Amino acid sequence: MSRYDLIVAGAGIVGASCANEASIAGLRVAIVEPGPVGGGATACSMGHLVAMDDDPAELALARYSLRRWEAFAHLAEAEFSRCGTLWVARNDGEVAGIAARVARLNAAGGEAHAVDARTLYELEPALAAGLAGGMLVPAEAVVYPPRVAQHLVRCAQQRGARLHAGRSVRRLGRASVTLDDGSLLTGPVLLATGCALPRLLPQLPLRPRKGHLLITERYPGLLRHQVLELGYADSAHGDAASSVAFNVQPRPTGQLLVGSSREFDVEDPAVSPAMLQRMLRHAFRFMPALRQLQGLRAWTGLRPATPDGRPYLGAVPGHPDLWVAAGHEGLGVTTALGSARLLIDLLLGHAPAIDPAPYSPARVLA
Amino acid sequence: MNTVNLSINGHAVTVPATASVAAAIATTPAACFRRSVNGQPRAALCGMGVCFECRVRIDGNPHVRACMTPVGEGMQVHTDD
Repeated sequence: MSRYDLIVAGAGIVGASCANEASIAGLRVAIVEPGPVGGGATACSMGHLVAMDDDPAELALARYSLRRWEAFAHLAEAEFSRCGTLWVARNDGEVAGIAARVARLNAAGGEAHAVDARTLYELEPALAAGLAGGMLVPAEAVVYPPRVAQHLVRCAQQRGARLHAGRSVRRLGRASVTLDDGSLLTGPVLLATGCALPRLLPQLPLRPRKGHLLITERYPGLLRHQVLELGYADSAHGDAASSVAFNVQPRPTGQLLVGSSREFDVEDPAVSPAMLQRMLRHAFRFMPALRQLQGLRAWTGLRPATPDGRPYLGAVPGHPDLWVAAGHEGLGVTTALGSARLLIDLLLGHAPAIDPAPYSPARVLA
Repeated sequence: MNTVNLSINGHAVTVPATASVAAAIATTPAACFRRSVNGQPRAALCGMGVCFECRVRIDGNPHVRACMTPVGEGMQVHTDD
């Protein structure tokens, strides 16, 4: 039997961040990960560090987390690239909404400003003609999430954390877990298992929200900013069974990462040609030059989605010594570092830097 | 023998009309066809369209396989973009 101060189930970007924070706090940490570190939704993601402003709680967590990401700006493993985020408006109606979004982002400590159509095309000449304007958030960045997860796990291991690689949690006990090889680990347990949460904790509602991405050959200089449509949040935060939104990212290599799609209740991880076509046709309307590029690979990933779009961060009511950090949907990379610090502060009985109430798992158990 | 005139990195080249762009590049002192993501030089390997190591820019189109492309009169070829 092995005794720990914290057993972290799951070594995606969220679990890895939590294990790292716990080890910094001096805790004896175990990490249990059945697959490669950072190999689940983390490896499928775009790695865009972005603040969305339409939910105040999500914005607070994103801004808190983005400040913590600055510590990784010069870490080689992060492949941190400060490309900025450029939101594009299709029409005057979307332009009219920009001022309020700029105000919300700036009030939360971001730096956003509106750009007129002329400036939009100076920033990104490859955008389709006829767009009305946009909003630029210059300091936002992109990273390569699986390598960051691996780095964070390695940092935790250097402080004594024990990685149980290739093992999964078969059963939760009272302040203990039984692994699939029959071994018993005892201590407080943190579930950072993303979409696998319902298997261990079915009382917290969570469902997969499938997404497609495509990566192209290298075309350096074609696009400089991560570019999204301002209507993106309608897709991300709407509850339609399926939706697509324009979201293209320049990788530091010159490759372009093209998204995005959202589908509830699709368990099959295979690429859907029909959904890929719908996603790309939508992207071509914003950036016709994409049509000429060579796609190298398309893949899918499953975002862990909670009913209200906020992650579960905190103690699980009625289960002593059981904690959860899961359900980050499409913002898990952005919010991982802040989520981890907030969770470990709660675990240690410290006051978190931001109000933890909106993320409490208790909200869905009332 | 019928010949074709094309430009490789701005240098005029005359080659047999039946040549591939890869063969035309091979007659010039071009440094390499392309570079890997780590900056290593790459050149035509398989010569039959499979390895993708011979990709060059032809008439403004990036990532065209030189080995699979017949030369054309006035063609503008750029290697090592």
